[in-house]
Amino acid sequence: MSVNNPNWKPKIVAFCCNWCSYAGADLAGSGRMNYPADVKIIRVPCSCRVNPLFILRAFERGADGVIICGCHPGDCHYTSGNYYARRRLTMLFSLLDYLGIERDRTRVEWVSAAEGAKFAKTMNEFVETIYSLGENRKLSDIRCKKS
Amino acid sequence: MQKIGVFVCWCGSNIAGTVDVEAVAEAMKTVPGVVFSTHYQYMCSAAGQKLIADAIHEHHLDGIVVASCSPRMHENTFRKTAEAAGLNPYMVEIANIREQCSWIHKDKEEGTAKAIVLAKAAVAKLLHNKPLTAGTSAVTKRCLVIGGGIAGIQTALDVADAGYEVDIVEQRPTIGGRMAQLDKTFPTLDCSACILTPKMVEAAQNEKINIISYAKVEKVDGFVGNFRATIRKKARCVDETKCTGCSLYMNKCPSKKGKDEFNMEMNNRPAIYIPFAQAIPNVAVIDPEQCVKLKTGKCGLCQKVCTAGAIDYTQQDELMEREYGAIVVATGFKPIDPSPLNEYGYAENADVITSLELERLMNAAGPTKGTLLRPSDLKHPHEIVFIQCVGSRCDENTKRGKPYCSKICCMYTAKHAMLIRDKYPDTKVHVFYIDVRTPGKNFDEFYRRAVEQYGVDYIKGMVGKVAREGDKLMVRGSDLISNQQVEIAADLVVLATAIEPDPSARSIGTMLTASMDTNDFFTEAHAKLRPVESPTAGIFLSGVAQGPKDVPETVAQASAAAAKVIGLLAKDHLVTNPCVAGSDELLCNGCSQCEKVCPYGAITYVDKEVRGPGVREVRRVAQVNPAVCQGCGACTVTCPSGAMDLKGFTNQQIMAEVDAICL
Amino acid sequence: MQEIMNRMKARAIALLADGTVSRVMGWEKGEGEYDWSPALFENAEEMEAFVYGDYAGANLSKYCLKLGKLEGKTLVILKPCDTLSFKQLIHEHRLEREKFYIIGAGCTGMKDEKGALLKCNACKSKEFAIYDEIIDSEESRKPTGVMDRMAGVADLEQMTAQERYDFWQGELSRCIRCNACRNVCPACTCIKCVFDNPASGVQSKAPVTSFEENMFHIIRAYHVAGRCTDCGECSRVCPQNIPLHLLNRKLIKDMNELYGEYQAGEGDEERTPLTSYTKEDAEPGIVHERGRA
Repeated sequence: MSVNNPNWKPKIVAFCCNWCSYAGADLAGSGRMNYPADVKIIRVPCSCRVNPLFILRAFERGADGVIICGCHPGDCHYTSGNYYARRRLTMLFSLLDYLGIERDRTRVEWVSAAEGAKFAKTMNEFVETIYSLGENRKLSDIRCKKS
Repeated sequence: MQKIGVFVCWCGSNIAGTVDVEAVAEAMKTVPGVVFSTHYQYMCSAAGQKLIADAIHEHHLDGIVVASCSPRMHENTFRKTAEAAGLNPYMVEIANIREQCSWIHKDKEEGTAKAIVLAKAAVAKLLHNKPLTAGTSAVTKRCLVIGGGIAGIQTALDVADAGYEVDIVEQRPTIGGRMAQLDKTFPTLDCSACILTPKMVEAAQNEKINIISYAKVEKVDGFVGNFRATIRKKARCVDETKCTGCSLYMNKCPSKKGKDEFNMEMNNRPAIYIPFAQAIPNVAVIDPEQCVKLKTGKCGLCQKVCTAGAIDYTQQDELMEREYGAIVVATGFKPIDPSPLNEYGYAENADVITSLELERLMNAAGPTKGTLLRPSDLKHPHEIVFIQCVGSRCDENTKRGKPYCSKICCMYTAKHAMLIRDKYPDTKVHVFYIDVRTPGKNFDEFYRRAVEQYGVDYIKGMVGKVAREGDKLMVRGSDLISNQQVEIAADLVVLATAIEPDPSARSIGTMLTASMDTNDFFTEAHAKLRPVESPTAGIFLSGVAQGPKDVPETVAQASAAAAKVIGLLAKDHLVTNPCVAGSDELLCNGCSQCEKVCPYGAITYVDKEVRGPGVREVRRVAQVNPAVCQGCGACTVTCPSGAMDLKGFTNQQIMAEVDAICL
Repeated sequence: MQEIMNRMKARAIALLADGTVSRVMGWEKGEGEYDWSPALFENAEEMEAFVYGDYAGANLSKYCLKLGKLEGKTLVILKPCDTLSFKQLIHEHRLEREKFYIIGAGCTGMKDEKGALLKCNACKSKEFAIYDEIIDSEESRKPTGVMDRMAGVADLEQMTAQERYDFWQGELSRCIRCNACRNVCPACTCIKCVFDNPASGVQSKAPVTSFEENMFHIIRAYHVAGRCTDCGECSRVCPQNIPLHLLNRKLIKDMNELYGEYQAGEGDEERTPLTSYTKEDAEPGIVHERGRA
């Protein structure tokens, strides 16, 4: 756990939709709004492209937190993608919670292209949450850990 | 094994300031698949692009990773560079080490480490990239303009002038929009109708322009170059082809309770009417809410007097399907209803009016035939107070009005004040304002004329209360310059009400999947560089639908939108996005789940002989129309077997990125 | 039940004889007393071995996938809950209605050597979602098994996250990846499962790590969410007695609570809760809020 290993840095995967949240992340960048380097962004066309397999794979390979960001409901570039994503991710998160996996390791946040500040704030909060949870042990695949 | 080249950009000091670009380039050399890795000051410069092209040739690269700014910035640039050097443009991946790394991390060690991970993830993805070829789709050379105000008319005229067909769909019985309601225009004070109506006539007479009035767009499918719209033409109970616009019926119609929308409902009109004398089409319309014949079956007087035989009470709404290559949103605005702002007493006092109501009161075709009379007792007002920023520039949290400046109010109030002082020199005119904003050609001169030449009394301060006392309206406010409370006994109070998008805008935005801001103004593709395009391809913005603006700005934007439309319609074919979904027939169950979530109806099913190792049978399989698919990927996650995948963002590519980031 | 079986047998033989159907999908006795298994009969002689009764628990819907490709019609016997699975497969265009003659079989609750089957303790319905004719009795129409089918899920929801984790680790770590749950499931019908596809990136044949069986079972449950009729076959066939139905039922419970009551295979709507939405749907954060409450 983090308490035992002061050098531990969390690995956080952020899936961002191309049209809103990725642009929001870019805006956070051009506004020089800091958030920890532990967050790495993967660009997807829409939050509805995020397959639960990707999320589980991330955890399996040692991610400590996975966050999915998309356009606000109603503002999806593809009209309805985030509405499907909302149901899918709610169901996945609920199932993970039911399996006893810390629910705070997953999060969904709607971030528009204009919300650079919200993006940075969300990432700061999420990283803080993951620090308080410590290392992900329940889901990771031991083979994949660097010794 | 693929040969991948990595190009790390310094972006001057933007990246190099917090990321050790040399260390990144060095680290990438050890990544499997990477055969070449370098760094350069500005990769996007001509010299930088040449460096990439040379490396592609020299090292026979079959894929490149550029670690630089956001792909939203230069992905296309580097794709073109690669293409020019003989590489498939989709064998390019961008690692965003500026917006998502160097600009947000202060610590160089941390920034460098993250940049390496991001570049590795891009390489991991690229190892799974496949060359993609963009398809083409034909362009329907016709334009739909939604809204027939000055913005829509100007766009239509310009597009038609280039030789393309245009349909204007206008919700009201006539085109002309808000400008038709204006009396004079600032800063030249020329008559609004005198400059607008020739344009309306020009639109009507242009054989390329088809005006579909009293209609609304109900549904839009398709995509840039290939939209299909369903338009509902409402029953006007008058045959447009027969009506001569004679107005003989006007006095015969027994119903007189309809509110005259054109005159801001300040007077009544018959159930059958033509909105105003210069209406186009100059064809009557029957208001079904007011018509005695339609409501009770008895009457039919207008039919009896109509010598043209144009009246048809049985007329039904007509649905028409039309195809378009481009759509222009010119839905315009309406003034807000100031009633909820109860300090101004608009709801209680007939003599508190909005500026647009004043326009009608001053207009020769208005309810008072152009004589300025106040509504309550039709007396000439001798003391008039104008109040600026009513519902504009409000604190967003108070929900009392709009957060934005409505932009046109300062100028039209100066215009009103000046016109009144000119025509009725015995009338005192006061203007309460927060700031006077006049940044336009000849605007400040105009405002100063109102103050200096016409003696309009400008008071910097807000009004706290308007209350009736006898036949006066007591206006209490503060004068911030003399730091005093002031009270004016006015005969008439005019509110410079904020303007807001027409109520039809929101549903049109949803229909077109064109994004809007929180105030329901349409958003531009880029606030500065693409101001007349919606982010949704093929949708263009004209006039106030995009944001508050005056007539010359509206006309300028309308012509700009037209130029963009012409640029689109001039093409015979459009290159389609090759990053579309596709189904692996050997894996497809034909279960129809993906079809349910496709927002574009791009997926169909066919019974088809499927052949593969040990397989040869007829199966029901999904097929994606690549011209219709927009590449959202909703189908890919619905598909349990993984048969459906998205080119450019395949399951393998994304998994590879996940792995690279987590390991 | 004996009487129902006799009528069913006579009817099946008649339908075979007049050429209406080419074969009959039913059950036959195996070696043990309780060991009845699905079987295919092609003529009157073979029909001698046909049985129907308290141990005909197996859901025959999935067998129809292959039978539907054969020449001629197949007669299939479906209990009320089985008809939901069958109808769901029609919704998914996996079965053609006209390839089957369906006898709806009256059911008084099925058993195995341990007693009443799990699905029968909480019987979903005595209605047939789809059929050509029904062979039942007064007795079979009476309600059976009225236990709350979500009780097991609710118990788990009451536990702490750690308790739930320990519970599932205890259960899932016994998984031997025999794939029986997948093979029997009438919703798990992919021509090729993602876990068998090298290109999917998640292919694996046996659990190598502590996580893999979690991943397999999460995805297994997730892929059938909205399509699972809660027939309970997964738990029935699990040689390790893992209560897999508790995963499916959790998803059903959540979908019912958040998106409205829904039973896969019922009605004519092909959309499932996961292929539909409303603008007012709960945010994913509800999972976190619910946990904190």
